[in-house]
Amino acid sequence: MIEVVRAGLLSTVQDLGRSGYRHLSVASGGALDALALEVGNRLVGNRPDAAGVEMTFGPIALRFARATRIAITGTDFGATLAGKPVWSWWSLPVAAGDELVLQGAKRGMRAYLCVAGGVDVLPVLGSRSTDLGAGFGGLAGRALKDGDRLAVGVAARERASFAPDAPAFGVKAPVWCSFALVDEPPHRRGRHPEGLPWAVPVRVLRGPEYDHFTPDAQHAFWSDEWLVTPNSNRMGYRLSGTVLERGPGTDLLSHAVLPGTVQVPPNGQPIVLMSDAQTTGGYPRIGSVIRADLWKLAQVRLNGGVRFVETTRAAARAALAEEHAYLRQIDAAIAMHDERLAARTRAATAA
Amino acid sequence: MSISPVRIYPLGDEALVCESPPPATLDVQHRVWAVAALARDWPPVREVVPGMNNLTITFDPLSADPDALAAQLAHAWQHADDAPIAGRDVDVPVEYGGAFGPDLEAVAAHAKLTPQQVVERHAAGRYIVFFDGFQPGFAYMGGLDASLHTPRRKEPRVAVPAGSVGIGGEQTGIYPAASPGGWQLIGRTQLALFDPSRQPPALLLPGDRVRFTIAGVHA
Repeated sequence: MIEVVRAGLLSTVQDLGRSGYRHLSVASGGALDALALEVGNRLVGNRPDAAGVEMTFGPIALRFARATRIAITGTDFGATLAGKPVWSWWSLPVAAGDELVLQGAKRGMRAYLCVAGGVDVLPVLGSRSTDLGAGFGGLAGRALKDGDRLAVGVAARERASFAPDAPAFGVKAPVWCSFALVDEPPHRRGRHPEGLPWAVPVRVLRGPEYDHFTPDAQHAFWSDEWLVTPNSNRMGYRLSGTVLERGPGTDLLSHAVLPGTVQVPPNGQPIVLMSDAQTTGGYPRIGSVIRADLWKLAQVRLNGGVRFVETTRAAARAALAEEHAYLRQIDAAIAMHDERLAARTRAATAA
Repeated sequence: MSISPVRIYPLGDEALVCESPPPATLDVQHRVWAVAALARDWPPVREVVPGMNNLTITFDPLSADPDALAAQLAHAWQHADDAPIAGRDVDVPVEYGGAFGPDLEAVAAHAKLTPQQVVERHAAGRYIVFFDGFQPGFAYMGGLDASLHTPRRKEPRVAVPAGSVGIGGEQTGIYPAASPGGWQLIGRTQLALFDPSRQPPALLLPGDRVRFTIAGVHA
């Protein structure tokens, strides 16, 4: 059992989302930084579909009733466990009664807590994810509150690495922007003149209505640094920048939209749809953020910047394959750690 | 019957859209539902989402071959004639007017009818669910009598009760959950439009034929 001592501004139970119900207008939901959740679950020996806690703003405090293992992934929230600083992307043993405190992000936006056995809420439509809009899933369909108690599932204990008293170990965090460094324009290399972070580049495929926009709008779409307005949430990132004008065109009939779809309402300010977005829409779709870069977007802060880098279908596929390769590397590293640990235990027993 | 032309194009890196150009017609929509029913059984397909005159399928970009899927979609579109007509008949009992339908008078005034005439025409209609959207279990329905077309409210309500039956422009629909909304509310049903513990969770599915029955009329 996990006691929520301080819930923070927006903490929700999330897994990898629900599938198969979009035709009934049920959003996919799920962790916005799904890669962080995937790694977190691996670090505590969970199945990939186990649920964790997505934390958006600190400070957050959680107390663990029983000895277990946890991992914090995503962006660094400056965590301490029983008063001692702990690293993100590490598998950590927790003693009964330990309190985990997360101050909040200095950069990035979201952190994930995974616990051995997973957060055990009742699955709804095949997922434990909280659908805040519809009010189901997760803990009573809502964000966590101070004083909530989260049940924890039964942990897989057959592997030495994940025993509650096994030593801590870490893995390499995913690379943020390796693709962008290569073709980064010279004026963006080095430090920002005002000491600000550069806009985060995310790769985008042209959308079905890309050609409906004026040449100026198309140019601005690729060259602007878009501000992520504070009005952004798990449904969508509302951006602010050049007003994107459409040429004279026909109104669109309602069509499906997906996480990553960049739609442009009549005010000309693009919205990137996220996990909790509605399933259909009628605004022109100027582009789509590729699947492999959605987690990067999810880590862009409110009032942060984002820019769109045009990519190809082949590159999008390669990026996703790279992400899978990274996860397999993590699996291999954990398996190796496990073997070493088991060998050491055997040697100690023999002696 | 000639087969409506179709355009198949990608949406992002994990979806394909199959779309017939406007105008939206019931014939095209029947084809959309038939292709959707087929595509749901294709192994690499994850989601099949009908829209208006179009449907979108999603897939795992690493294991699926989008070109092969596009060809499969095109083939299914051409050969969807023999598919059985999708959909079920669903009766929705409605308490019209009073606290259940606070805008019934406004709709009547706009239509230059009495509230009772609005109720009778609304309940006489035969509606068809084109697709679901907006919120879980919300059905976009066609078939509203032209005399009942009413513009949306100038000031949307902050909270519309679940089960409210409304008119927005040329459409009529039912709010599955309490939410903000701008449609003119003419009544309310006790039926649960969406219940995640039920299978399927939505009462109204794409292709369903809907009839509103008069459970009561209130002043």
